[in-house]
Amino acid sequence: MSSDPAAAVVAAATSPAPPAARGPAGPSPTSGPVGRPETVAPMRHLLSMADLDAAGIAHVLRVTDSLGEVVRRSIPRVPALRGRTVVSLFAEESTRTRLSFETAARRMSADVLTFSAATSSAKKGESLRDTVETIAAMGVDAFVVRHGAAGAPTQVARWVDAHVVNAGDGWHEHPTQALLDCYTIRQFRAEAEGRTVGTEVGTECFEGLRVAVVGDVRHSRVARSLVIALRTLGARATVVCPGTLVPPSLEGWGVDVCHDLDAVLPEVDVVYLLRLQLERGTGSYLPSAREYSAGFGLTARRAARLAPGAMVMHPGPMNRGVEIADEVADMARSLVLRQVANGVAVRMAVLYLLLAGPDAPDAEELGRSLGVVGA
Amino acid sequence: MAERERRLTPPRGGVFVPRVQVLSIDDVNRALVRIAHEIVERNHGLDDVVLVGLQTGGVPLAFRIAQVLEEVRGSSVPVGTLDVAFYRDDIGIRPVLPEAVTDIPGDLAGRLVVLVDDVLFTGRTVRAALNALADYGRARAVQLAVMVDRGHRELPVRPDYVGKNIPTRLDEQVDVSLEGVVLGDVLPK
Repeated sequence: MSSDPAAAVVAAATSPAPPAARGPAGPSPTSGPVGRPETVAPMRHLLSMADLDAAGIAHVLRVTDSLGEVVRRSIPRVPALRGRTVVSLFAEESTRTRLSFETAARRMSADVLTFSAATSSAKKGESLRDTVETIAAMGVDAFVVRHGAAGAPTQVARWVDAHVVNAGDGWHEHPTQALLDCYTIRQFRAEAEGRTVGTEVGTECFEGLRVAVVGDVRHSRVARSLVIALRTLGARATVVCPGTLVPPSLEGWGVDVCHDLDAVLPEVDVVYLLRLQLERGTGSYLPSAREYSAGFGLTARRAARLAPGAMVMHPGPMNRGVEIADEVADMARSLVLRQVANGVAVRMAVLYLLLAGPDAPDAEELGRSLGVVGA
Repeated sequence: MAERERRLTPPRGGVFVPRVQVLSIDDVNRALVRIAHEIVERNHGLDDVVLVGLQTGGVPLAFRIAQVLEEVRGSSVPVGTLDVAFYRDDIGIRPVLPEAVTDIPGDLAGRLVVLVDDVLFTGRTVRAALNALADYGRARAVQLAVMVDRGHRELPVRPDYVGKNIPTRLDEQVDVSLEGVVLGDVLPK
């Protein structure tokens, strides 16, 4: 900066001022862009964690810091997305994700339309495409899509002009869950170091972080998104599961696979337990839930072998007594609840970054015609 | 939000090229000391006074004013910081991103809030800040302190405490820091 020609110009132009008091470079903010990283590309959709690079994830987490403050207020609402409409299109059952997205949209003052497959024309046999295009015709800015089929949100993104957020598709991905898990890890690590968010916490804590993802990896969209996010941020993920629950293809995951939970436990910073997806037919891959629990459940005895300060996380809903023992679940409960609380702030950030950007190609022109000074 | 950041926001970002120094480091300091005294004078003391600096340009100024107030009166004044990104009226027209996490000390109900910013220009940031403050409780009164009033208002906003009035062209840029005030231009990259 000090060698910048602009700095030389001001030094010459302001000769009466005592330069010694200001250091060699003249008035400190002389030139160059300031503030946010410019490398972050605007988001159009959030369909997969692979859509975001490390800077993109860091960006979402940084905006989440600001929205976390909003969520903690006595009036937790900002007018940022006033006049925008968000549809939550859930073709598959869900409690926390749907409520979390709808709460997030409302706290940003967006209007929320709720679509649920059970009470809609989908029952009458309307195709997904017809349903989506019908809703889109009502004038919608974003679709939050959950569907049992992998890739459904990507298809929806092809059919409509609106922004699309993947809220879980089949065994494929669940990117906002991965983002909120990353946010929770970052928050926990920052607090362990005595820092609070807002004091410029970056994503350095993920560098070399050792995470064990334990359980039904084969059927878990959460695992896939989380592993991608962790790898992007430089963490080391190990997948721990019975041989039958290893996904058909681990190529490109870039993870270690281990079938012995006890060997992994003392060496990791985070244990991420996945829910045994019994409704997705996981049962047929296992002799019994009890046998699974004996080999891969986090019991109190196993939890005692964790390194001090290690985190136990679970995306919920928990199968108590299967992948997590009752007493460990109560111990981990505060963190699990914090994951839920952070989920709202993270989804606010995602909706904001998708919807608030000047995405129209003529936005700059529009800004000029509206006379937005400095836009 | 600092006017500088706004101007440099993509897609129309540019490089700030300083042209002339308007206030020196001592001038800025004297102005802040005067503003601190004016706050005490206007409010007959510092009862219920809370300083709120607008991110990012107003924050160092607010902390400096609080420091002066403490030296003068011997009692500390709470200082908060406010980021108005989510309250702006140009969301959707240009990228509006929060610069920092808002930190308001406690409930503002019944308090006398002095908003502090570096440059008063169109008044839109102050409009957003007033809406944001309302979400933290009903302040007894809100006053506005700025280092530079550069004119070109687009909303009926008037500052209570001004460091210096500087008539400017619309396309000029004012850069304020604790080290001085510099007038310059933004050139495209």
